[in-house]
Amino acid sequence: MKFDKIKAWLYLLPALVFLAIFMVYPLIDVLIYSAEENYNFASQTFTGIGSENFLFVLSDPYFLQALKNTFILVIITVPLSTGLALLISLGLSSIKTLRHLFQTVYFLPYVTNTLAVGLVFMILFKKTPYSDGLVNVLIKLFGGEAVDFIDGPYAAKMFVMCFYTVWVVLPFKILVLTSALASVNTDYYRAAKVDGTPKWRIFTRITLPMISPMLFYLIITGFIGAFKAYSDAVALFGTNLNEAGMNTIVGYIYDMLYGDSGGYPSYAAAAALILFAIVLTITVINLIVSKKTAINAK
Amino acid sequence: MKIVLKGLTKLFKSRNKDAKEPVVAVKNFDFEIPDGKLIGLLGPSGCGKSTALNLISGLETPTEGKIFFGDEDVTDLQPEFRGVGMVFQNYALYPHLTVRQNITFPLENFKKPNKLTKEQKEERVLNVAKLVEIEDLLERKPSEMSGGQQQRVAIARALAKQPKVLLLDEPLSNLDARLRLQTREEIRRIQRETGLTTVFVTHDQEEAMSISDMIIVMKKGEVQQIGAPQDVYDDPTNLFVATFLGTPPINVFDGRIDGGALYIGSDKISDVDCGVQGKVTVGIRPEGLTISDEGVLNCALKSVEVMGRDTSVVALNENLTSQALRAIVSSENARLAKPDLTFKVNADKLFLFDAESGLRIPFSAKDACKG
Ligand SMILES: Nc1ncnc2c1ncn2[C@@H]1O[C@H](COP(=O)(O)OP(=O)(O)O)[C@@H](O)[C@H]1O
Ligand SMILES: [Mg+2]
Repeated sequence: MKFDKIKAWLYLLPALVFLAIFMVYPLIDVLIYSAEENYNFASQTFTGIGSENFLFVLSDPYFLQALKNTFILVIITVPLSTGLALLISLGLSSIKTLRHLFQTVYFLPYVTNTLAVGLVFMILFKKTPYSDGLVNVLIKLFGGEAVDFIDGPYAAKMFVMCFYTVWVVLPFKILVLTSALASVNTDYYRAAKVDGTPKWRIFTRITLPMISPMLFYLIITGFIGAFKAYSDAVALFGTNLNEAGMNTIVGYIYDMLYGDSGGYPSYAAAAALILFAIVLTITVINLIVSKKTAINAK
Repeated sequence: MKIVLKGLTKLFKSRNKDAKEPVVAVKNFDFEIPDGKLIGLLGPSGCGKSTALNLISGLETPTEGKIFFGDEDVTDLQPEFRGVGMVFQNYALYPHLTVRQNITFPLENFKKPNKLTKEQKEERVLNVAKLVEIEDLLERKPSEMSGGQQQRVAIARALAKQPKVLLLDEPLSNLDARLRLQTREEIRRIQRETGLTTVFVTHDQEEAMSISDMIIVMKKGEVQQIGAPQDVYDDPTNLFVATFLGTPPINVFDGRIDGGALYIGSDKISDVDCGVQGKVTVGIRPEGLTISDEGVLNCALKSVEVMGRDTSVVALNENLTSQALRAIVSSENARLAKPDLTFKVNADKLFLFDAESGLRIPFSAKDACKG
């Protein structure tokens, strides 16, 4: 018994060592950085311990802009992409012919490089001296006014950003949901059919509860993923996100470390901790909600 | 409600993409299921029992033929308009709903003129729960119950909407042996109490024989024989039916008819009058053999197995084509067993079949082997 326990720990040891070096130590380091006031990267000195870094970050307009952008992104893209993925998966699982073709088509963006997708979006949306971008051509075709989606008004840029994010996260969600739908035993549907259950009722009372664990998994990971968005913004709007007004929290952290205004690890650490607190809170709320509904649904 | 099937046929596109031929799951079903009876639809796995049941329920549409409930043609009717209750092998209870919610579920689908009030629904649920004896389990989730209890709930759910026909697809297959016995009696009782026309699908002949008023034996999509269990057992139309029914199974031998006498190997079994010459297949039920010094069938003893009241004598015979010869005899008779023994054959338990087609060859035995 005792030996077994020692053996178990021994098996875990390599993983624990790596976790300690690459997870625990940096985490503690971040905590320390975030508390050291007026830390100077070159001389490795600081003037005191306190909350000044947090106060700075929270009053930095760039950070507030990044916070706002990230929240908008999360609130719009997570429900939208999950809902869309559910609709598409339902469609996919109810057709027989060409199903595999459609499944492949929907999965393509998943295996395509972020920057390549970003390039495609540029072509679709960017206004250059030579062309207005495909989307603008369409808008004009229907009598609208051309919009500069990449360097234009905030709403237009946000729209592109959300569109892009939904597009990128959709394939994985569709993949998860189609397999979740396929794993529901068909006898449930046959029983419901014999009993004359209307389609909508089958969906809400049988299908949804049956796939709800997967839905919650997607929502939680979706939230976390959207909060960590960064490379998507770079792919669309270039590296100077602050100037574009399209920075995200992770982008802000990156800029504080390595950007033109970089060399402020303390501010970066403070921002990272704020992000951590937000993600933690949202995840806990999500878990509580999913537990509650799971029990009700059980 | 009697069910009439007329030329009912169902073809499936083969799941094997290379095979061009469609799978004939149900072939030309042409019979009547009498009102208020419990019918056992019996056959080996993959013979089309579920498909036949699904055709009756409306979950599958026939390739050809018609289905009548009473005088009404229901062939083109959707399942919900046929008034059938269905029970599945894996119960198909909604795992996230309580027993009460599961049983109420079909009632909530009723449309306007038939819509039930809350009280009516509760009353119905309580009534069926009492009928299947699960009224104490109404607030449980399916996962908190045994398989037998879950199957009762499934039956209750099927009965709640007061169907005209009850269809059960291998309802006992997921239960352990003891529960299976118990639950099948339960099904019989419930059927008696409700008087519902019930079709019960199973691959277990004992199950079907024990509770059915009438059994339909199927093989590869085709009906082999229809009748009361005892009649089918005593008077099988072909070798398949004879071997499929009965535990232990019937003993099958290669035999021949020569000059009005039936031989198994060099043993003359009996004088027979059937107008056939040459090779035949011989079936003898285990209870048709008794050990006797004046016996006609010579065998080598393998073992004697005591099974409570009766004893099973296992023996070898070189003309046997079934696994090992078994005779079910009284314990007194079993005491006569010795290494080289002879069996007397009861002509009522002896069947002759065409060696090629397996069809039954009727015959009348001379007194010689009666006994
Ligand atoms: N949807 C289907 N598509 C193709 N073949 C099927 C389908 N359903 C059943 N079959 C075939 O029809 C035959 C009868 O199946 P089934 O009715 O399920 O048999 P049973 O219930 O007696 O085991 C089998 O050969 C099976 O493979
Ligand atoms: Mg079946």
